[in-house]
Amino acid sequence: AALKDGLRSQVSAALKEGRVTPTELCQQCLARIKSTKFLNAYITVAEETALKQAEESEERYKRGQPLGILDGIPIAVKDNFNTAGIETTCASNMLKGYISPYNATVVQKLLDRGAVLLGKTNLDEFAMGSGSTDGVFGPVRNPWSYSKQYKEKSVSKSHSEDEESNWVNLGGSSGGSAAAVSSFTCFAALGSDTGGSTRNPAAHCGVVGLKPTYGLISRHGLIPLVNSMDVPGILTRCVDDAAVLLGSLAGHDPKDSTTIQDEFKPFGLPDLTGVSKLSIGIPKEYHAPGLSSEIVALWSKAADLFKNAGAKVVEVSLPHTRYSIVCYHVLCTAEVASNMARFDGLEYGHRSDMKDSTESMYAATRREGFNDVVRGRILSGNYFLLKQNYEKYFVKAQKVRRLIADDFVKVFRSGVDVLLTPTTLSDAAPYMEFIQEDNRTRSAQDDLLTQAANMAGLPAISVPTALSERGLPVGLQFIGRSFQEKQLLTVAKWFEKQVQFPVIQLEEVKRHDNGVFQHQKSASFS
Amino acid sequence: QQVSVEVLEHLEHLALVDFRDAEGVRRLQKAIQFADQLHEVNTEGVEPMDSVLEDRCLYLREDDVTEGNCTKELLENAREKVEEYFVAPPGNIPLPKLEERETFLQGS
Repeated sequence: AALKDGLRSQVSAALKEGRVTPTELCQQCLARIKSTKFLNAYITVAEETALKQAEESEERYKRGQPLGILDGIPIAVKDNFNTAGIETTCASNMLKGYISPYNATVVQKLLDRGAVLLGKTNLDEFAMGSGSTDGVFGPVRNPWSYSKQYKEKSVSKSHSEDEESNWVNLGGSSGGSAAAVSSFTCFAALGSDTGGSTRNPAAHCGVVGLKPTYGLISRHGLIPLVNSMDVPGILTRCVDDAAVLLGSLAGHDPKDSTTIQDEFKPFGLPDLTGVSKLSIGIPKEYHAPGLSSEIVALWSKAADLFKNAGAKVVEVSLPHTRYSIVCYHVLCTAEVASNMARFDGLEYGHRSDMKDSTESMYAATRREGFNDVVRGRILSGNYFLLKQNYEKYFVKAQKVRRLIADDFVKVFRSGVDVLLTPTTLSDAAPYMEFIQEDNRTRSAQDDLLTQAANMAGLPAISVPTALSERGLPVGLQFIGRSFQEKQLLTVAKWFEKQVQFPVIQLEEVKRHDNGVFQHQKSASFS
Repeated sequence: QQVSVEVLEHLEHLALVDFRDAEGVRRLQKAIQFADQLHEVNTEGVEPMDSVLEDRCLYLREDDVTEGNCTKELLENAREKVEEYFVAPPGNIPLPKLEERETFLQGS
């Protein structure tokens, strides 16, 4: 029973040795999903198909022929990936009831390796947002709202009604996936990352969030937001697990011609004995306005950690950092305007009853199907693409993009191996506070530290670092060189080992299950 | 600098989504204001960047048919169809002009 709380690698061993069966594991996870329903992490739970997959996995283990390390492992997938036979909604009315006729490549790869697909996770509508609050199925709650660590620190007004609305936000847009992993309903989840959508909620939920290099993992079947920046993201409870997932997903896909053709070799992560050969860059512009003093302190402490262990830690400059959000705003809305054009009600998705003409049917369908955020971005994007604005905004943004990408090239060329930055400006906000600002403002604020990596296509990972004063997770981000995931993850793993981030102690859930929580209380970071 | 009603109407037509209310228009104004910050950056002599993979060639596969024959699956998701056709309302009918449409912009 304790196994679902353990690391995937321990679970894999247990499956192999027969100490737990895939169906038991699947059932435990499904039960856990039910008992954490209040988190609203899942849009669709594919109970029947999951159990069937688990049974098939069990057969393979019985025959002594498991497909590999992921066989029988329960995973969740963000609801903007196509999953054959399972509803894919993107948390939008536009796709409610849409049953994908095919699996996204990354989903297929996981299924081919025997993973058990538990369900589709909640997000901001069409992945537009940084709060997982703006989807039609409602907001996702941060599991840490219900943790002992948070409750101990909060000045509690002990009315139960207050508790109902006092829950904490968890960032986004892959909030559902982050919550699913964080609350032990699955061992890993797929998210997407266009401006930080995987790393941001990972940091707020105390899980590992990996954004791979653009072109490494196939986007075929990932409903696109910004074709030149989107990547599938990986959320896990530890860096080793992220490496395993990466190993299963990366590689050229003939169905996505933006995946590079270089051969990809899955790798295990060595345990670094020392970091004296490492050069860590601290980009000074990431000391952004609004960065909480708590996070500045943690960032500084992390830099010292590397320095004291013998690494070379240098301050570097990425001068165009502050324009990356503006640049993103223009390029994103422009690509969105184009990508959302496919939703017209004719071939799939919502269709309006309007019959007067094709155009009026399209217009009515889109009015009914999209929320304000999506419509806003489409209209802005179209504005920037107007003939009179094209050079001024769109092309200009593309030029600024090159400057941002070049900033990174220069820094990495100067000998820096990996950059260390905060992931978020502060720990997670209470939901009521979060919704005070509108989606665009929030996105601009929250994506600040994560967005540039998408601009430049670089790999980046958020690693849970410590708990804040309020008892909420804070993560730090490592940004690596293009296609150097092995180096990036090796450094991240070393860091993870040093900080010993605490396990979430979920009280509500504890009541329903007889699991034993594993505590890791050694040299805590803060 | 206010965006003119003509441009707003043009955008509604191009995008086939509507502004719906004053908030929608304000949102666009703010978005433009935000984007204007780009002009602070000196991009003299800088080439626009289309893709971070610009130094590589896109993969082109052989022009062989490797999949297809999935008419039935693809039609399943459409609401209105006849035999193997998607059914659309009559085309080539332009959207009604601003005066005739039920749009928020009429008020401005």
